[in-house]
Amino acid sequence: MRTDQVPAIRVRGIEKSFGDLPVLRGVDLDVAAGAVVALLGANGAGKTTLVRILATLLVADAGTATVHGFDVREQAAEVRASISLTGQFAAVDEILTGRENLVLVARLRHLPVPRAVADDLLARVSLTDAGDRRASTYSGGMRRRLDLAMSLVGAPPVVVLDEPTTGLDPQARIEVWHEIKALARGGTTVLLTTQHLDEAERLADRIAILHRGTIVQDGTLAELTALLPPAEVQHVEKQPSLEDVFLAVTGEATTEEESR
Amino acid sequence: MTTLALADTRTLTGRSLRHVTRSPDTIITTAVTPVALMLLFVYVLGGAIDTGSDEPYIDYLLPGILLITVASGVAYTAYRLFLDLQGGIVERFRSMPIARPSVLWAHVLTSLVANLVSVALVVAVALLLGFRTGASAGAWLAVVGILVLFTLALTWLAVIAGLCATTVDGASAFSYPLIFLPFVSSAFVPTDTMPRPVAWFAENQPATAVVDTVRALFAQEPVGGDIWVALAWLVAVLAVAYAAALAAYRRRTG
Repeated sequence: MRTDQVPAIRVRGIEKSFGDLPVLRGVDLDVAAGAVVALLGANGAGKTTLVRILATLLVADAGTATVHGFDVREQAAEVRASISLTGQFAAVDEILTGRENLVLVARLRHLPVPRAVADDLLARVSLTDAGDRRASTYSGGMRRRLDLAMSLVGAPPVVVLDEPTTGLDPQARIEVWHEIKALARGGTTVLLTTQHLDEAERLADRIAILHRGTIVQDGTLAELTALLPPAEVQHVEKQPSLEDVFLAVTGEATTEEESR
Repeated sequence: MTTLALADTRTLTGRSLRHVTRSPDTIITTAVTPVALMLLFVYVLGGAIDTGSDEPYIDYLLPGILLITVASGVAYTAYRLFLDLQGGIVERFRSMPIARPSVLWAHVLTSLVANLVSVALVVAVALLLGFRTGASAGAWLAVVGILVLFTLALTWLAVIAGLCATTVDGASAFSYPLIFLPFVSSAFVPTDTMPRPVAWFAENQPATAVVDTVRALFAQEPVGGDIWVALAWLVAVLAVAYAAALAAYRRRTG
């Protein structure tokens, strides 16, 4: 329904190697404005490399990428103003309180009333009561929610979440999912990477599968599920899960070890 | 753009100063070792040291002690920067639309403030132990200026260490030779009693020029050529360390 708009993220032919090791070998990906897209891939598939290129933290060897219409290489400052990245490890300042962390980011984003922004976001991620405690006293889930809130300061139109639930217990995971859904309802474009198939299934409008440095499939859950040969699944009572799709399209087990 | 860079630097400096005020022990421990050394040299070793002047030994000693204070204090900058890189917060700052050098400058300015407080503590203890100077306001200003330059030069070295370290211990280990440098200078004893190669090193290394300048300023004596040698050393180290730190930052952060 939003296909007529300029994609919030547009990736064309991105390549990146570390030394002799090619990690991305020509990635093409479109993320429509307002969509939630999951980038699914095994450990070492290159998900983090791709999102770091989008967040201007890494420079690609070849190819182009635009975020919110800005080229990541030529217009890095504009890209940084439009995108917010939450990494795999909650990057919060442990010595500061939750509120101070948010005020810090609000100041760095040059917002007029940092305190009001902080109060608002604390309420949004249910950390108002813990707002004046140091982040070092937070549980893993609280820390991740604070991290998420820090990414939402200034309401960037594009939010990239790199494995937002890695290392969280099931309860904390559900809390983070809840926040991501709220974010999507608000119209923010979300690109999230995950190696959890159920997470992609639960949150994303579209799922792109990154394997061996390229996007091997990209579509809605229904489209991906339709890829399975139907005759095979007729005998099985269970509906094909995304896991089956993933294994079918990548043609190998997820446990295979690959470096990066 | 520059005003934004200044605003970002101020914001980030406020953040890391808060780290310092929330662990004031970093300022205290920075001051404790030099104070202990001062006590040791004044009350244990000092009586046997002939500086060739009638002034109390503490007056002779203090400039070197101040350098040791700064040399041990800058290790905290390497430590804090290393933890910032490790924890991913630098990555977060870099993905935001803020002036990139602000991240490093904030650590450097914080180091400057924290070290000047430590230096003030050490000077206060020295006054209690009998240090006296009739230095004019201008001479004090010159002393502070030289110590500021000294702190900046050493802090940029600390930034390199923080950027290149792979462990927390490695991040602060670089400061040991810096702390040791004043011992092989004119800081504690005149260089002319040292064996010739050692004396040659002592007379031609930066700590001696800085110590002699600060000592002359405190004693209201002419600083002579020492101040120019000291300034040349400090500006050179500062320039090289600054350029190397920026290069290390670019390499480290890809």
